[in-house]
Parts: sequence; structure tokens; C-alpha cells
Amino acid sequence: MSAADTRRFESSLSDLGVSLTRTEADEFAATIDSLVTEPAVGVPFEAHDGLSLADTVVETPPTPRLLKAAEVGVTPVGKAVAEYGTLVVDSDPVGTEPVSLYPPTHVAVVRESDVLPDVEAATDYLDGRFAAGGSSVFATGVSSTGDMGALVEGVHGPKHVEVVLITDR
Amino acid sequence: MSAQRKRRRKAERIRHLLETEGDAVHENVTHLNEGRYEAIERFDEFEDLRTQARRIKEDAIENLPDLIDTLRESVESNGGTLYVADDADDANRYITDVVGSKDAETLVKSKSMTTEEIEVNEALEAMGVDVFETDLGEFVIQVADEAPSHLIGPSLHKSREAVAELFNRVFDPEEPFETAEELTEFARDYLGERIRDADVGMTGANFVLAESGTITLVTNEGNARKSAVTPDTHVAVAGIEKIIPNAETLQPFVELISKTATGQDISQYVSMLTPPVDSPTIDFENPDEPLGSGDGERDFHLVLIDNGRTEMREDDHLRETLYCIRCGACANSCGNFQHVGGHAFGGETYTGGIATGWEAGIEGLETTSEFNDLCTGCSRCVNACPVKIDIPWINTVVRDRINGETPPSEFEFLVEGLTPDAEGTVSPQKRFFGNFGTLAKLGSATAPVSNWVAQLGPVRTLMDRYLGVAPDRDLPQFERETLVDWFESRRPRAPNATADRAVVLYPDAYTNYVLTDRGKAAVRTLEALGVHVELGSPIESGRAPLSQGMVRTATDHAEAVAADLDPYLDAGFDVVVVEPSDLAMMRREYEKLLDADSHARLSENSYEIMEYVYGLLSNGADADALAGATVPVAYHSHCQQRTLGVDAYTEAVLEDLGFDIVTSDVECCGMAGSFGYKSEYYELSLDVGEDLHDQFADESDRTLVASGTSCTEQMADLFVRDVTHPVELVAPDGR
Repeated sequence: MSAADTRRFESSLSDLGVSLTRTEADEFAATIDSLVTEPAVGVPFEAHDGLSLADTVVETPPTPRLLKAAEVGVTPVGKAVAEYGTLVVDSDPVGTEPVSLYPPTHVAVVRESDVLPDVEAATDYLDGRFAAGGSSVFATGVSSTGDMGALVEGVHGPKHVEVVLITDR
Repeated sequence: MSAQRKRRRKAERIRHLLETEGDAVHENVTHLNEGRYEAIERFDEFEDLRTQARRIKEDAIENLPDLIDTLRESVESNGGTLYVADDADDANRYITDVVGSKDAETLVKSKSMTTEEIEVNEALEAMGVDVFETDLGEFVIQVADEAPSHLIGPSLHKSREAVAELFNRVFDPEEPFETAEELTEFARDYLGERIRDADVGMTGANFVLAESGTITLVTNEGNARKSAVTPDTHVAVAGIEKIIPNAETLQPFVELISKTATGQDISQYVSMLTPPVDSPTIDFENPDEPLGSGDGERDFHLVLIDNGRTEMREDDHLRETLYCIRCGACANSCGNFQHVGGHAFGGETYTGGIATGWEAGIEGLETTSEFNDLCTGCSRCVNACPVKIDIPWINTVVRDRINGETPPSEFEFLVEGLTPDAEGTVSPQKRFFGNFGTLAKLGSATAPVSNWVAQLGPVRTLMDRYLGVAPDRDLPQFERETLVDWFESRRPRAPNATADRAVVLYPDAYTNYVLTDRGKAAVRTLEALGVHVELGSPIESGRAPLSQGMVRTATDHAEAVAADLDPYLDAGFDVVVVEPSDLAMMRREYEKLLDADSHARLSENSYEIMEYVYGLLSNGADADALAGATVPVAYHSHCQQRTLGVDAYTEAVLEDLGFDIVTSDVECCGMAGSFGYKSEYYELSLDVGEDLHDQFADESDRTLVASGTSCTEQMADLFVRDVTHPVELVAPDGR
């Protein structure tokens, strides 16, 4: 990660129409509450540098009912790719994959130190994950389709994506 | 059915598709194609990554058996199952067994051409399983009970109005659907419910990583992720050619596929799943239990399909097809596809461009013969392909094989004099067009009588009936005095003592017998710039037979041309070519027809006329020796010229000489040689030409300029105006 990568990430997100909110770990809970609409569902964040959704309006752990009803899904992401504004959503047993996918809005929490310049730079990370049996998704912008005769956003995946960048991690 | 009736039927079918689907196809495909150019324009590494991608695929196909072994180990150690199916029946037997063992009632699918190929939906439905396509385009096709018309946009032949009409009829909503938003929302909700209820999820795979057993799915909608991860059981189906080693080799493809497919920098979702995945299972029947607490043990089956691919791997010409990553760029860059879409190309599963290789390898030649004809060999797909597959060559080879299986025609006698010894069973139509060089020689020798006879109504009727020459297309007017005659008659004939360079001008059949003015202009231009010029022998380059799939005849021509030019090359002459499609022969196609040394020698020493003029001027030749700019011009460069990247020289020379120039950027004029002359394709040819016509619609005060013969003839028909070759503008006496 470099300051240039972060700037590029921000501008790629802006091209995609994805908003970015900078915050520090201390302000995490307050920032999340200011961004989400209820009902919101999230995955437990504890493994993610001690960030926690416990003091937020976001409900955890995810259940099928929450997945169906929630307006917002809040998850951490493994890495980000500055060049394309891509979020690397890792599959895990707490449900990051479905929580990032089912609700109409995905709020993705990215540590600034996890912003990589390009796809090539993500290769080592992916290699390690795959070797350990892991799965990841490059998610860039919102779900969309042109199959109904015009571009429509929000199909099987989210219609809105917001990024929370943790700047002190 | 007689050949004429067949041709009429084909023409009718094309006309019908132009009327019903043409507009939607044109709008959508043009949009994708323009996006492709833009995405590549802003991506500096495109050429490097193409080279890398090509090499990765070459190696992967070469090492395929080892990769399958590695993949089997990794899938099994992850806890999944790998099955390699010999053919469609074998695959369907395995898949229905798996689905049956789950007592599955419903199955959701994400878009997969490979499952289209094996027709798994039919097999599943036969055992009572409800199958739902979750990709919206594929869903439209499923509801309409149609075949996909495009590799990545299966329903792009349908307009919004057509989809609305279909959904309103089938689903009968309280309020009829109108907007794309309404249609999307309905499909999403309808399919979302099916996904939540499904017992099994089935996906394809864009890439499969051998070392980890990771499958990669590239989508924009998110349906593949949902289908793969929501149900407990995931069956992935892919051709064996989809395997590459690891994440490192995946990177170029992730970057390339969306840019060449849809013009996106990257697709919305590149899912890289190493099943069974860590994500918890979702039991919607127990809505308040945390995810993963249902009974769900995840089960994963990877079904790799051979279905002819091993044989393709062993086939020197079809092997390249296996490098295809299914992006559809070849279709999007195809003038014919842009106008008439995949349904005109036909085929069982795959359609357009690279589909010829797929259908020939998977379905066999009989299926392929249906649609291979729509490739005009313009080569615009060559630079579009992210793995550099020579698609026109695959089409040529397949065409050749189809020719070999054509039964002799009762009208064989019509083309008796044109029967090449090398190939016995080519249809009269193909043999007629494949022997243009002989025809031109005959036509010229008997001109003007030949021109006059050829125009007579009864003659045109016979030519249409027996040879399939479109009755409405103007025929070339043969010149009695050939370029060679003119050149020989010039005096004095002594070598140009002050010349710095020596050139042998290649007199292609058109330049020698039909468009002699451009040949004379080329000679005068070269001489004015201080070059000693000689003419080669008027031997047809082999382009005409090659276009008809007559590869052996084309090879004979190529060898004759090479032998004729050989002494000149020995003597240090450069070869200059007027006709871009013949330059493309020497630079590109001769690689397949000649030995490596002969090809290298010709390829390195042959130049397009305006490219050569550019080089002379850049090296100090005096531009004042040429005609100054006189008229404003509208210039259309030739498709093969653009593939070779030599079109820029013409533009540069004209601009340097002060010409006011506008250039077209349409993919193809719609002619591409014999294609536009054939009775069954005449209308399509003109329809494709409409784009060029539209581009120059406001340029009625400009002189029309084109480099290629076929463009010249097509533009003359489209605009009903004279068309000039660029060298005629700059020749000392100008135009």
C-alpha cells in the first residue's frame, strides 16, 4: 500500500459510483451507524483487527431471515485492488460471501494497508488462499445487467456499494 | 434440394433475421464492440497480456493430461469429486446420477455454454427436475424456448419491447411490464425465490486452476455466486480446455476477458471458488437459525467434458480453438455478425467467429457447413482475439474439409476450364469464385465482348442459377490492355540508372485486368520518387481459392508467386503490392502455405504501395515529385490492411501532402471479396455496407477513396459514385 494506491483506489471507486468513507478504528462503530439503514446484517468482525459491530445497529450473526430482509450487509474484505476499485471478498464460515451479496446495499470495510495497486499484486494473496482451500471474489461496483434492453443496476447482487476505509490499520 | 433453391432459402432466412432481429443485434453488438475498443485503448498492457495469455493456453493445452491429473488430486483433497466425461451422454449420465442421489426437485443454473453443448437441461427435465437459468439473458432464452444468439449475450437479439412482450404473454402480470427496470426486478425476484429453494446449483467455469482446484466464474449479475453458494450441492461443468495452472496464470485472463467481451475494465464479479467453499450453507426453511447450522454438508462435483476436445488437441488446425476463452470479441468485431447476429450463423451450440472451430470439433463438419460461409475472411477478428487465435484460418481449413466432402455437381461442366487439378469436389459456385485469376485473364483477352456478354440479362440469370452470382451486383469490367501489356509497351525499357531502389510491383489479378489505372499510378509514383520498377508475373496470389477453402489450389498459387518473385528478392528488389488482401496473403496467410524461409523472405520484403511511398518520403524522397492535394477525400481503408496495421501509412501520406481527409471506422464495408457477389449474401452485404454509407452520408462533396478492390466495388454500388485508389491521388499526374 502507498498513498498513491489509496488515491487511485478512491478515484476508481468514484468512477464506479461507489462512495468511500475514511475512518479510524476508534470511530468505526459510529461511522457504520451513520452509514447503514436498518435492518442491517453483518458478520462478526472480531478476527478483523479487533473491529467490532457489537456497538452498532448491525445485527449479527447472519440468519436466512436477516439475509432476505436486510437493506444493508456489512462485511470486511480481504484486500482491495486500486486499479479497478475492486473489493476482494473472501468466503469464510461466518458468512462474508452471502452477506456481501444478498442485501441491496453492501458496506465493505477495507483496511488502508490492504489496498494493493493492481490485480498482479493480488496474485500472491490469492495463491495462498487457494492453496489453503479458500475462495475469494473480485467484486467491482454493483451488480448489473443489460439483458433487458437497457443497463439496470442491482440484479442478483447489490444495487449500492459503499466502502469504509480504515485509515489507521 | 438444388443448389439454387438452397441459396434462395438461405437468402430468405437472412432477410427474415435482418427484419426481425437485425436492429437489436446491431445496436447491442455495436455497443459491445465500441466498448471493447475504448477499454483496450486505455489499457497499455493489452498486447503484452495477449502474448502471455496465448503462451499460457499453448502450454496448458500441451500439458493437458498432466493438468487433469493435478486437478483431480486437488479437487479430491479439497473434498470434491472430479469426473471427466467422454461425451454429452456420459456427462449427462453422471450429472443426473448426482442430482438423483440428492432427490433434487429443482436446480438453478448460471450461464454455461458447455451445458448448452451437452443439453443437460433436457436430461434433467426428463428425470423430473425443474431447471432454472438464472442469468437474465439466458432466462429470457429459456422462457422463449430459443437458442442463444451470442456467446456472452445469449438474448441480445431481443429488444426490450420483445422481452416485455414475451414476459407479459408468459407470466401474465397484473400490470404489464414495460421498462427494463420492471423486467429486471421481476426476473430477479422470480429467480431469487428459485435460488433460495433450489436443491442443486449448477455453474460453468471460465477457468479452472489445476494446482488448487479453484474454479473461476466471470459475471456481472451475481447469479453465479448465488447459484454456486446457496444450495448445498454445487455441480460445475466445463470443457477440459478450461484448465490453467494457478492464480499467476489466471491474472492475464482476469484482465483481458471483460475488456474484450463487454468493454468493461473488469467484470463486476470474478468469483474464484475452491469448492466445497467455506461459506456457511443457507437453509431458508429455518430462517432464524444462524447460517451454517442447517444440515448442510457441502458437496461439490466438477464435471469436465471431453466431447471431441482431445481430438481437437491432436488436430494441428483445430487445436487453437481450445485456447478460446469465450469472450465473443470475434463475433462483435465481425461485420456480418453485427448485422444479422448468431442465429444466421447457425450451429448447434456455438455461433459466430470462433464457433466454426468449436462446431467442427464438437458437432462435426455437417453442422459446421451450415454457417461457416458467413466468414468473409476479412480478418478483423484476428486482432480482437485476446489469445491471438487465427480465426479466419480455422474457417478456411474447415471450409476446405467441407469442400472435400461435397458430392460432385451435375453442373460441373460449367466450371470445367476452372477445375483445379488439386481439388476435385468443390461446388461450382466456389470453383467459379476460387478461379478469379483465370476468369480475369479470359475476360480481359476477350474484352470488351466479355463485359458486354456478362451484362446480358439471360447470362446473368444463368450465372445466378448455376453459379450463384448475384444478379444485381455490377460485375468487374475487364480491360483489354492489361497493366502488364501497358508496362511492356513503354519505352525506353532500360533500367533507371539513377534509381536508389528497385521494386518489383506485384500485378494482382484486379490491378492487371480490371483496375489497371491504379497499377499505372503505382508505377508512375514509384518512378517519380526515384525507384526502378519492374513488374512481376500476373499470377493470382491464391486469395481467391483460399476464400473458398481451396487450400491446395491456394498453395499452388502461393508457390508460383514465390517462385516468380524469388529472383527479384535475390537481386535486392523490394516487393510492392497494390491490393491489401494480397499483401495480407504474403504477410499472413503464406505462413500457412509456404515453407518458413519463403514466407519469412516475402513477408519481410513486401510492402503495401502507400506504406512504401511513406517509407520513401520518410527517407528523403522528394514529395514535390508527386501531385499536390487537389480534392477533399473520404477514405475507407481495407479490413485486412487495418489488421496488418498498414492503413496509417495511407492516411499519413495523404495528410502530409495536404489532403483534407476524413476516414471511416466501420469494421467492414460488407463486401470482403467474393462474399458480396454471391446470390445468397448480396442483401446482407449491402446491409453491412449501410454503416459505411451512413458514415460518409454527409461527405457528398468529397472524393471517395478506398485501398481494396472489394471496398471499391462495394462503395461504387453503395454510393453510385466513382471510387479512387489513394495512389491515383498522389501519382505525379494526380487525379
